[in-house]
Amino acid sequence: MTPRQIIGKIGLWLSVFVIVSPAILFFLWMLSLSLKFEIDNAAYPPVFFPERIAWKNYADVLASNRFLTYFVNSLVVTGSATALALIVGVPAGYGIARMAAHKSAIVILIARITPGLSYLIPLFLLFQWLGLLGTLVPQIIIHLVVTVPIVIWIMIGYFETTPLELEEAARIDGATRWQVFRHVALPIAKPGIAVAFILAIIFSWNNFVFGIVLAGRETRTLPVAVYNMISFDQLSWGPLAAAALIVTLPVLLLTVFAQRQIVAGLTAGAVKGG
Amino acid sequence: MRPPSYWPFVVPALVVVLAIIIFPWVFTIWMSLNEWKVGSPTTFVGISNYLRLTSDPRFIEAVGHTMVYTALSVLLPLVLGTFAAVVFHQKFAGRGFLRGVFIMPMMATPVAIALVWTMMFHPQLGVLNYLLSLVGIPAQLWVFHPATVIPSLVLVETWQWTPLVMLIVLGGLAAIPTEPYESAQIDGANLWQVFRFITLPLIMPFLFIAGMIRMIDAVKSFDIIFAITQGGPGSASETINIYLYSVAFTYYDLGYGSAIAVVFFLLIILLAAVMLYARQRMVWTEIASGA
Repeated sequence: MTPRQIIGKIGLWLSVFVIVSPAILFFLWMLSLSLKFEIDNAAYPPVFFPERIAWKNYADVLASNRFLTYFVNSLVVTGSATALALIVGVPAGYGIARMAAHKSAIVILIARITPGLSYLIPLFLLFQWLGLLGTLVPQIIIHLVVTVPIVIWIMIGYFETTPLELEEAARIDGATRWQVFRHVALPIAKPGIAVAFILAIIFSWNNFVFGIVLAGRETRTLPVAVYNMISFDQLSWGPLAAAALIVTLPVLLLTVFAQRQIVAGLTAGAVKGG
Repeated sequence: MRPPSYWPFVVPALVVVLAIIIFPWVFTIWMSLNEWKVGSPTTFVGISNYLRLTSDPRFIEAVGHTMVYTALSVLLPLVLGTFAAVVFHQKFAGRGFLRGVFIMPMMATPVAIALVWTMMFHPQLGVLNYLLSLVGIPAQLWVFHPATVIPSLVLVETWQWTPLVMLIVLGGLAAIPTEPYESAQIDGANLWQVFRFITLPLIMPFLFIAGMIRMIDAVKSFDIIFAITQGGPGSASETINIYLYSVAFTYYDLGYGSAIAVVFFLLIILLAAVMLYARQRMVWTEIASGA
């Protein structure tokens, strides 16, 4: 290696270090906060590696039965909103791609630009009028605002790249349009569906604004529950950080293990919910 | 002629979109023309909600906050994200894994990370002031002082969303042919010259897309601001979106809130149009100057 190459290597690794350390240090600090007793969390200068580890913070969060309720709420809301979005969105993406109805994507664009709060005002009144507040139904429905555009957008893009020849052959053999979709197009589209599925799950799971307005005491999702735990006069940072980490852990794991799909989805559609 | 038989595939989604996107919009516009408060009868008031906006000092202040917040939250991630993309475009050991780590801030639950940032901003016990003290910078009040609250929130927003710019620009870098780089190497160009005169012009379209997306997201940023400051201290970090929340769901003044929502949406469209126009002008100047 020439000196020039060595300097280049050092420069590269220095740059990598500078770029990645804010993310690494943040999540390590989050972990550290969540594993410390109050006395260590209130210490100055800050304690990075505690002598005694407070597993109790996690045990306390997990043991409270409310937390389990909120976890189930999050699962139900995100699960239902994602499943419904796939059921209506995948065929729609197929139809739009095959009809080359690109103008219909404008609606998706409007949905992407509109602030989440704008949906909340009219839908809040509608749910109140229908007597649905106090159940999880309003949140499932309003999360469709996040999940449906993501799924349709990604599926349009995906079906536009899948080959038409197989579908045409199936048509000549006498298959109906539905059979072609079900047995030819859908199996090929599995990777695209995976991308749409993962992104819809993440952005629905993370959503906060819909919950603070629509959720009651029994119907909170995890982000809203964590927000409600904040009580700074008590300064109970340990349990708070533990709860925050538990809430976001599923998403972080998904990010690491499904990185390829996430990158593909974000760069294809550059979508984000809410 | 297109066969009409694909329609059945689209109809269910169309119903959903009509119900949750189109209907709310139409209803919002209707509500914005009414005096509509929870618990009292509604009356049609025409455009008076919109007129009220023009003389609402809190709204005007919120527009200013939103502009400052947005400008910083577009520029900083664009610069840092481009740098990160150039680095991640190189080959090095563990690149895939480190890229996964790098995009974690943008995928993590915003409220959860906002909570930890709040702890880090704490003036007495926060780790940020400790880190500053290590390099001899005096302690800051971060989100607890009106003068520093918006830059502090922008710091979080930048930390969170630089990865998205990085991914988009990285996609652009992958599409660049290698020939210009080879000839630049022969001509003995240095790293900065290569970036400035070859890479930057070629990734411009991607930077523009990233900037546009960043603008749309920064303008309507909510979770981070709401969870960390609720628009405070006082109203020092109250953006349009935060003010909209207060009007609609603290005061339950839904008619006025709807008017804010409509104006807010038009403002985003206007900003996007200005960016498109600026981009168009820039392209024409490039062509005219033969670049």
